[in-house]
Amino acid sequence: MNKFTFISVDNPDAAIAELDEHDSPKFIAGGTNLLDLMKENVERPDHLIDITHLAFNTIENNADGGLRLGALVTNADTAWNVEVEKRYPLLSQAILAGASPQLRNMATNGGNLMQRTRCYYFYDTATPCNKREPGSGCSAIGGYNRILAILGTSEHCIATHPSDMCVALAALGAIVNITGKNGERSIPFADFHRLPGDRPELDNTLEAGDIVTSIDLPAEDFTTHYKYLKVRDRASYAFALVSVAAALKIENGKILEARLALGGVAHKPWRSLEVENMLAGSAVGKEVFQKAADAILEGAKGYGDNTFKIELAKRAIVRALTEAAGLEEQA
Amino acid sequence: MSLLQKVGVSAENLEPNDGGKYIGKPISRVDGRTKVTGNAKYAAEFNMRTGILHGYVVSSPITKGKITAVNTRQALSQKGVVTVFTHLNVPGLAWFDRSYRDQDAPPGGSPFRPLQGDEILFSQQPIALVVAETFELARYAATLVHFEYEVKEELSVGLEQNLDKAKKPEKHRFPVPKPRGDAEKALKESAITVEEDYYHGYEHHNPMEMFASTVIYGDDDRLTIYDKTQGVLNSQSYIKSVFGLSDNEARVISPFMGGGFGSGLRPQYQLYMAVLASLELKRSVKVVLTRQQMFSFGHRPATLQKISLGASADGKLQAIINKCVSETSTFEEYTENIVNWSGQMYQCDNVTLDHQLVPLDLYTPLDMRAPGGVTGMYALEIAIDELAVKVGIDPLEFRLINYAEKDQNLDKPFSSKELRECYRQGAERFGWSKRNPKAGATVEGNNLVGWGVATGCWEANQMPSRAKAMLSADGKLTVGCATADIGTGTYTVMTQIAAEVLGVVMEDVLFKLGDSVLPMSPLQGGSWTMATVGSAVKLVCDELKGKLFKLAKKLENSPFSNVKEEDVIFSDSRIQLKADTQKYLTFSEVLQKSEVNYLEADTTSLPNMLEQNKYSRFTHSAVFVEVKVDKDLGTVHVTRVVDAVAAGRIINTKTARSQILGGVVWGISMALHEDTVMDNNFGRFMNHNLAEYHVPVNADIKDIDVIFVEEHDDIVNPLGVKGLGEIGIVGVAAAVSNAIYHATGKRLRNLPMQLDQLL
Ligand SMILES: Cc1cc2nc3c(=O)[nH]c(=O)nc-3n(C[C@H](O)[C@H](O)[C@H](O)COP(=O)(O)OP(=O)(O)OC[C@H]3O[C@@H](n4cnc5c(N)ncnc54)[C@H](O)[C@@H]3O)c2cc1C
Ligand code: SF4
Repeated sequence: MNKFTFISVDNPDAAIAELDEHDSPKFIAGGTNLLDLMKENVERPDHLIDITHLAFNTIENNADGGLRLGALVTNADTAWNVEVEKRYPLLSQAILAGASPQLRNMATNGGNLMQRTRCYYFYDTATPCNKREPGSGCSAIGGYNRILAILGTSEHCIATHPSDMCVALAALGAIVNITGKNGERSIPFADFHRLPGDRPELDNTLEAGDIVTSIDLPAEDFTTHYKYLKVRDRASYAFALVSVAAALKIENGKILEARLALGGVAHKPWRSLEVENMLAGSAVGKEVFQKAADAILEGAKGYGDNTFKIELAKRAIVRALTEAAGLEEQA
Repeated sequence: MSLLQKVGVSAENLEPNDGGKYIGKPISRVDGRTKVTGNAKYAAEFNMRTGILHGYVVSSPITKGKITAVNTRQALSQKGVVTVFTHLNVPGLAWFDRSYRDQDAPPGGSPFRPLQGDEILFSQQPIALVVAETFELARYAATLVHFEYEVKEELSVGLEQNLDKAKKPEKHRFPVPKPRGDAEKALKESAITVEEDYYHGYEHHNPMEMFASTVIYGDDDRLTIYDKTQGVLNSQSYIKSVFGLSDNEARVISPFMGGGFGSGLRPQYQLYMAVLASLELKRSVKVVLTRQQMFSFGHRPATLQKISLGASADGKLQAIINKCVSETSTFEEYTENIVNWSGQMYQCDNVTLDHQLVPLDLYTPLDMRAPGGVTGMYALEIAIDELAVKVGIDPLEFRLINYAEKDQNLDKPFSSKELRECYRQGAERFGWSKRNPKAGATVEGNNLVGWGVATGCWEANQMPSRAKAMLSADGKLTVGCATADIGTGTYTVMTQIAAEVLGVVMEDVLFKLGDSVLPMSPLQGGSWTMATVGSAVKLVCDELKGKLFKLAKKLENSPFSNVKEEDVIFSDSRIQLKADTQKYLTFSEVLQKSEVNYLEADTTSLPNMLEQNKYSRFTHSAVFVEVKVDKDLGTVHVTRVVDAVAAGRIINTKTARSQILGGVVWGISMALHEDTVMDNNFGRFMNHNLAEYHVPVNADIKDIDVIFVEEHDDIVNPLGVKGLGEIGIVGVAAAVSNAIYHATGKRLRNLPMQLDQLL
């Protein structure tokens, strides 16, 4: 770990002003990801700006009928918030499927969006990694890659975004609100995280110094037919090998609207509007779920250790949609 | 008393299996309060008021090659950095390999000598120690030490990739028995055969407490060393021989250990480094490893076992062949008993066993809970299950058909073996008779349900040990021995034994351990502490009784003047006449009237080898497991375990149960979770943290039911105990695999059995 200075700020302008004073400043919220990375010398900030005292720490109703989640509200407080539980149970389920109670008590919503990949090589400075050190090479391709991506990969990086919460946010069509040097703006969730391409060092589309202030959930909710399914190597406290956020609107056995997002398979929560459109209008049934699963994984590419994820993802999708639809399991 | 000892969660269900006041009772840990209130101090927690220096270890990023240049300038320029030790400035130390060979070192070979050369032999090899006024500074300065290397690209790291390098070890710690009968021929002639490969990869101990040594440099130039170790005497003798110190110059203390599991059987390199720095700087120094560095020394070796079994149509074993290859380092030959179990567990006249080693560019493997036993038994017990299925006999029945009445490896009877009772009682508790013999036939919603059984076995050894006891005139007893309590409950059980034998209340007994000034004991490992130290404690208390009785007899108007020691009992801190318990003297009275302040005894307890060697001495267990496997997703949950254990006399049913619970949990871990992932390109373990090196969490562990089967054994040691540290883990992984087969019809032979094997 390197030497750093530390300051706590109480307004966004002060936070942004701090940035100019230092070579490699970093915001710190819950610290559950950043501190680990600092201990491993992966992140080496010379200055930490504690943003936990900024006012983005409430959950409030939006005028359009949606809900605004402050970026500094903890994952635990978000998951157990009465409005979230009632109106966005998919999100509650997803958050509670992640990490451990202790971590969720510390972790913030903004930090969850910004958490970095769990790729082993990214964490180990003794090995080359394009994400950590652009141009050094990707050790995971041809190395050990059981936990890594099968969709949207590039020859430069096959990392995944490890969040559970973000998979649900993607499915729900959330909006990320930002403040930065050039004022405020909003990014649709689908455009927040990016694919690695030839710039794997960039996880998302934020610009230097941007602060995530809140996340807006649209009024459109899915409270009857939803499922967050997380498949992992142990029953808790493990990142997803594959996860599925599924939400459906069903009337008389017919799907009116479908949302389907995958976690653990790509550099960002993976959604396909095409597949969702295909589901919409169909009658509820395993066959169409299987078709959706096959379609969304078309073009998936395995790298050896992680090739099983292609089949696993398909099965998880069928299971999640089946459970979301409330279809009886055939024994 | 019922044969079946029910051991539930509450103490009320517990029945002692001995008439004693303390022995056989569910007694809570005497150090429990100290631990849960945070008063138990671990090696890194010892401090001086001021002036302790902190050492931070720099680990090699490369796996093989040479250090060609070192630049410490930038690190040394930091204010507060005292020095940086590298191979360039470490003073000349002991020359011969034997000086570095500790009590658990493999025979032969050249133990690794930190910072004594430019050669890199394994990834994360310690290559520098940065010493600074604060831990944070040392850690930071460690990032400023720059090395250049000449990297050797060609690595031998994967076991399976290097099988061609396999060779017989020069010195096997557990010599492999010679073939008996003609297994190849018998196999060919067998009606039914199984021939399969069983593989498991590297595992690391990962105790909760990181390895740490705090060396206090005394005014008299003597060192007091707080070390994380399973044997203070082992650490002490290592330090003495490497640094040329005497007993007086290096005292090693280790009152508590945050988990050992074998990782503390050998002195780890932080001890060497802390002592080195302390002696060179004449300052107190503390060195603590990081979690990542906990992956830089010993591990359970990867093994590949090729097992061939043959049986007659009626299910009698005709042939057993186990050819095993495991790994070692390039500088030491680590061997463990992997294959011998295959020749011992079942009645079979034709057996061939073989064990070879492949040297890899890794650190030397290290004993890890039931070393070799879990490895050998998991493969054998899956293979036996496979054979039973092929023959068409219930796997439990199959084991009974082939039950070994004597140890055929050694051609000796067992000192005791209640394995049949383990099978019977375990099966009854589990409900085995209701098992549907068909695989894949039990469905519950999305889950396939399966039941599996396997056998466990572990050694029941006794070693020599000394113990000292002192009874003072106020009636308090202090007993001491340099053994360890690695979380197993040594403090508690030794207190129980001393109190029981001398006839005092436990509150009046203080048991001391973990200090090199105390009487000799072996390392705490091998499940022998209860048998070894327990016997010494019993003996020394018996001796104390003799001395006390002599004093009492000599007293004026002694009620015992005309009786022998057999005619009195020691109870309630009194000597009393058996014939008339109203005639007594309290211990304090005896001492006070005799005008002595205290009475001492010091004894060495030696195993009766002459008698013991006539027998094979083992603990046994039968493990029953229920799994639920998601039929689409392949996730496995162990929903129920019954472990029936025959381990001689149980001294403390509570700590004993905890040992078995911990063992079973670890068995589930081995079956489903644990795997240190190696990158074969770099020869580096990649998941070196507890987020990615998985062990079970609470949500993975459901019902575990422990049965202690009554077993009497007068041979193993004077207490009739067999030790419980390791038996709990043995057999569990096989039982899980067998249950998965029963659930799904898929036979998994590679550990850990992760869901991708089931898709
Ligand atoms: C052992 C372990 C297991 C875990 N398991 C899971 C899991 O199963 N599922 C899961 O989803 N997550 C899991 N997590 C990850 C956890 O959810 C994240 O670490 C957490 O959400 C990060 O939030 P934080 O507030 O602690 O972020 P910090 O560590 O404080 O910050 C992380 C990054 O985000 C930046 N940042 C923080 N807030 C803002 C903001 N408002 N605007 C701009 N930048 C910001 C920081 O500069 C930093 O770069 C696990 C973590 C650990 C350590
Ligand atoms: S997958 Fe991405 S993060 Fe992992 S080693 Fe390759 S470049 Fe680095």
